[in-house]
Amino acid sequence: MASTIGVLSLQGDVAEHCRSIEALGRRAVQIRYARQLDGVDGLIIPGGESTTIAKLTADNPDAIFDRIREFIDAGKPVYGTCMGSIFLAKEIEGSQQGRLAAMDIKVRRNAFGPQRFSFETTLNIPVLGDEPLNAIFIRGPVILSAGEGVDVMARVDANIGRLGKTTGSLPDESTLYDSYIVMARQNNLLVSSFHPELTDDHRVHNYFVQMVECIEPAKVSAGSEKEEGSKTASRLVNSMALASV
Amino acid sequence: MAVETKDKKGSGVRTGSEKVKKALPAMLKGGVIMDVINAEQAKIAEAAGAVAVMALERVPADIRAEGGVSRMSDPELVSKIIESVSIPVMAKARIGHFVEAQILQSLGVDCIDESEVLTPADEEYHIDKSKFDIPFVCGARNLGEALRRIGEGAAMIRTKGEAGTGDVVEAVRHARKILGEIRSLSIMPREELMTYAKQIGAPFELVLKVAEEGKLPVVNFAAGGIATPADAALMMQIGVEGVFVGSGIFKSGNPEKRALAIVKATTFYQDPEVLAEVSRNLGEPMVGRTAASLAATETLATRGW
Repeated sequence: MASTIGVLSLQGDVAEHCRSIEALGRRAVQIRYARQLDGVDGLIIPGGESTTIAKLTADNPDAIFDRIREFIDAGKPVYGTCMGSIFLAKEIEGSQQGRLAAMDIKVRRNAFGPQRFSFETTLNIPVLGDEPLNAIFIRGPVILSAGEGVDVMARVDANIGRLGKTTGSLPDESTLYDSYIVMARQNNLLVSSFHPELTDDHRVHNYFVQMVECIEPAKVSAGSEKEEGSKTASRLVNSMALASV
Repeated sequence: MAVETKDKKGSGVRTGSEKVKKALPAMLKGGVIMDVINAEQAKIAEAAGAVAVMALERVPADIRAEGGVSRMSDPELVSKIIESVSIPVMAKARIGHFVEAQILQSLGVDCIDESEVLTPADEEYHIDKSKFDIPFVCGARNLGEALRRIGEGAAMIRTKGEAGTGDVVEAVRHARKILGEIRSLSIMPREELMTYAKQIGAPFELVLKVAEEGKLPVVNFAAGGIATPADAALMMQIGVEGVFVGSGIFKSGNPEKRALAIVKATTFYQDPEVLAEVSRNLGEPMVGRTAASLAATETLATRGW
């Protein structure tokens, strides 16, 4: 049976995610209330403002924050894009703002600077096949570090947003990083710093739908295959180094 | 202007492309953008859940009261507001004043409002917004005006409303007009579209696109006179994708509470119980002035074409 995917609809680019899910022949449902989560098999947390979503979930009429935590603890798949990845993270650099703290990653908000350094580029993501993916980053966050159970799926060069620019100074800390993680998975949780919902290439959403429908798209999971997982990760680093350094 | 560079291995990186510019407003949907005049107000707006702030020296209500020429804000003020918050910061340039826009872009604002609230610098030509790396939002009273601005490169449209009045009637009029024209366009036979494009003074290609898709090709917000949670929800139910609140928050008795109430009302705009709850005990709203009482020389919505 085709699955039903909820899209958290408190704020952000909800319609775009619904369009991607529907293009894959699955049902998309907008979620504003905790009770609506009972009827869905997976949840997408869209792009938007993380401080807004923190406020609207904490101060919600029916405690949707707790219900999303239960949903995750029950092993149901959740995919966060951009703001969604911040909201799922255990740690947010320099901020105590509300978050689900479900995924063992440390994120930096708005890592590439103001909107004029937002960009699109192509990423090689092996689990999605050979064809590179057009990835759009909008004041995007990055993952600075990830725990052992997290599979790194894509990286970009740390200075990528400024490659075409002659003005504007880099934050000093950025020089500490050669590359940033921009897509990762930890068991039932998937995050990307970029916005596949803004394009007509639905491979990332298809990957997520397969997670929901328990068809493992590729061997990237951790656990006892930790060693293999880290090999995969380093291979990804290498291919990304080729693609974006 | 979109910049494409090749890195060492030949992978393209594009900043300022049309896709990248249109994507920022898409992330603001379902949210509230609040006018602020200093870092302290910006922090209050952020804490209340605003998706972005509009940095300006005077809110529209004060611009009305004080009169005189109204210009781009002092870059020092804009920079201080940018430093004080993590959410996107917008700022206003005068209609046609592309140098103010260049300055704002260099300051690192995330989006420029080419705004009728400021005194127009050019009565004939708007800014060529396609030249810039960051998105522009422009006001519109009808579909023709919206499509002219989009044709010039605007990545977001808002109703003009009548800023600084606290009277929502003009925002309602403009939203109904734009959305109504889109509805009538979507059922119009194709042979009528060229004449329609001529009548409303809009680029034919954009008229075709709207007829096919049944919506504007960019995000569409409401602005101008929104002062209460119910006003925000009204605009959302009419069919806009988010709201700007100018003087309505910081000219009211309890800005923190009202700001949060309007944020919640914009999310739960279809839920009267939530709207009733958030509308309780908000204190004094801004002192309004009916849009109908304005003399012709006092209306801001008629600036630009």
